[in-house]
Amino acid sequence: MKYAAPTTIDEARALLASDADAIVFAGATDVVPQMRGGRPEPSMLIDLKNIDRLMSVSLEGDTWHVGAAAPSSALTANADFAADFPGVTEAAGLIGSDQIQNRSSLGGNLCNASPAADSVPALVVNDAVAVIAGAGGERRVPVADVVTGPGQTSLAHDEIVVCFELERPAARTSDAYLRLIPRTEMDIAVVGAGVRLTLDGEGAVSAATVALGAVAPTVVRVPAAEAALVGSRLDDASLAAAAAAASEACNPIDDKRGTITYRRQVAGVLTRRAAGMAADRIRTTNGQNGAS
Amino acid sequence: MSRTHVTCEVNGDAVDFLTEDGESLLNALRDELGLIGAKEGCGTGDCGACSIIMNGRLQCSCLIFAPEAGGAAITTCEGLASADELHPLQQCFLEGAALQCGICTPGFLIAAKALLDENPDPTETEVRYALAGNLCRCTGYDKIVRSVLEAAVQIRTPA
Repeated sequence: MKYAAPTTIDEARALLASDADAIVFAGATDVVPQMRGGRPEPSMLIDLKNIDRLMSVSLEGDTWHVGAAAPSSALTANADFAADFPGVTEAAGLIGSDQIQNRSSLGGNLCNASPAADSVPALVVNDAVAVIAGAGGERRVPVADVVTGPGQTSLAHDEIVVCFELERPAARTSDAYLRLIPRTEMDIAVVGAGVRLTLDGEGAVSAATVALGAVAPTVVRVPAAEAALVGSRLDDASLAAAAAAASEACNPIDDKRGTITYRRQVAGVLTRRAAGMAADRIRTTNGQNGAS
Repeated sequence: MSRTHVTCEVNGDAVDFLTEDGESLLNALRDELGLIGAKEGCGTGDCGACSIIMNGRLQCSCLIFAPEAGGAAITTCEGLASADELHPLQQCFLEGAALQCGICTPGFLIAAKALLDENPDPTETEVRYALAGNLCRCTGYDKIVRSVLEAAVQIRTPA
């Protein structure tokens, strides 16, 4: 096994293209356990943490650029980002201990392609775009289209996720992410739910996105739950309809963390609660959050 | 397996070592530098027994490939005490009986140091969250938490 620490994206891509058994990594918080679990060792470990663009978190105009290899702790420490995307911030901050937070990254969380990845539903509800460097230059792909199944992505072998682009939220818009785990810290989601809402001047929902994690092979957008929320004032009947739609959209498995029945029920509960949290965030900032 | 010559700073001393590229920093610290404070518990980033501070950030050294340490500044539990005096955290762990078998202790000490470096006056809840990445199967955690809180007091108000 060979270690390489390129300082440019082109250099990293050339290394990756030169070796079919090479992998890129950021925090290795999934790579190392998988190697120790018996997965074949890669021939080359390409460390992405020395490439500035993959490590930076910056606001350019109305677009946030979050480096794919930036540690979660760099994201959660950014108060301006947290004000725009409290849901993404809490999803990134939920992953692992402080030790893990100092290594784990959004790019790694996405490309590891676990159905239970916490940050992915939170990115999806915010229409986040993954910037992917490949042979023909860079392409921009909705985060929702990157993961194709457990452990599978739509990336070619020589492609690298460079960063995520998130447009600053519109006025009176906020998000929330909730997950259920069997203990308070350090576990993997039984269900995760991300919700983003926009409220109009009268407090009615004018736009909603809902995405669920850990209830299907990939993250699930729930248009029926979104439709149940839009136009409502988040009254009990609308929230119940959204919860029912979320439960219905699940295609979960039974495993040691939860049964199919349990996951379906919890998906509804978390969707309802996350919607309430997002709305509360809009109200407590008196609509002053957002770009315009 | 390729090998890399790594130069870095450990506990204030300039050091260098030769490592196989896929080796963990934990094994390099233990086998190449003789710093056997950090322990391997799980080897997968769950237990925190291998915790170190690298470039100001608390991390599991079992998840770090040794060549990543090139140019880095690293603190291990061996760097806590001065020549003739234990660090307040170490002294409080001793006096508070915050350990039994001791395997997890170096990791707890380093995680606690990382916390107090950033937050000299943590609440009990903050201590418990900050130590959530460190597992102890002996103490039930209470004595560890109380010892960290006591050390925080001593560091804030030196005798």
